[in-house]
Amino acid sequence: MTPLSRRLLLAAPFAAAALGGAGFYTALQRQRTGAYNPRGVPSALIGQAPPAFDLPPVPESGVEPFAAADLRGLGQPALVNFWASWCVPCVIEHPQLMALSRQGVPVFGIAYKDKPADSLTFLRRHGNPFRRLAQDVPGRVAIDWGVYGVPESYLLDAQGIIRWRYAGPITPEVLEQDLRILLARHAA
Amino acid sequence: MRRALILLLLLLAPLSALALSSPADMLPDPAQEERARALGREIRCMVCQNQSIEDSEVGLARDLRLLVRERIAAGASDAEVKSFLHARYGDFVLLRPPFAWNTLILWATPVLALLGGFGLIWLSRRKAVQPTPPAPLTAEEQRRLAELERVGGGTQA
Repeated sequence: MTPLSRRLLLAAPFAAAALGGAGFYTALQRQRTGAYNPRGVPSALIGQAPPAFDLPPVPESGVEPFAAADLRGLGQPALVNFWASWCVPCVIEHPQLMALSRQGVPVFGIAYKDKPADSLTFLRRHGNPFRRLAQDVPGRVAIDWGVYGVPESYLLDAQGIIRWRYAGPITPEVLEQDLRILLARHAA
Repeated sequence: MRRALILLLLLLAPLSALALSSPADMLPDPAQEERARALGREIRCMVCQNQSIEDSEVGLARDLRLLVRERIAAGASDAEVKSFLHARYGDFVLLRPPFAWNTLILWATPVLALLGGFGLIWLSRRKAVQPTPPAPLTAEEQRRLAELERVGGGTQA
């Protein structure tokens, strides 16, 4: 073995370790800024109209329920939000939904696998951001949307086409950094 | 001995948790139930991500198990059930991803690794078979060689 190849052999593990370290560092940095999410899964519905559905209201909420037809051609972007009173991140998300609703963004709520009485208590305590509110107790419509957890939100453009899906709570950061830009982009 | 037995039982306990479908959820037809199970093992639980819906206890996995059984009972083929779920959850829901341009590297990796291994073996063998010829002797060494060959041996001085 020549001295050169011996030196190369010695350097190889160090190079591999350094490369791996750099890779992990980048992944962690990108995870921290939200640019990379290892559990993130793209929605299969991007670029499509929402699936057909017609859901019942949450009784005594005083908010009208909605069907797929109600999401077509609103003339402005809208948010469809799957939530539940038993979902802790939904509490974190709620103020952002309230803010969006105050700014005139139509927010459509679907209470997922929730007892109607619990949904009502949640909305009385935290406020109602939903222009329309329906319930999906069996969770079948949620499956048609490709929902795999709550909260999950879908941004529809002015024509009612799904443009963006966010799995997880819309934090103030997500609202400011992502959703605002998307709302502006799909304003008409 | 008793401790070893208890330890063994504890180690085996998780295995019994794998058969999850409650009897009430099963299809009455054993052949259809078997098909549903085989199919369910190829569908990823979107919540636990590294388990199939047949292995997972999460609510959504149960919903999907029931959905698969409902479709099969209604006479859908395996491919139809899969494409039904694929349309909603995308490639990720299939534990065996489809062969497409964006999954090409994924599918090609074993072949590439095998070829790389063969390449390495070939390189190292080629080196072993052809040892580098020794460098030609210098004039000084030539003279010493002639000397050694003339004397034919020696003893320690």
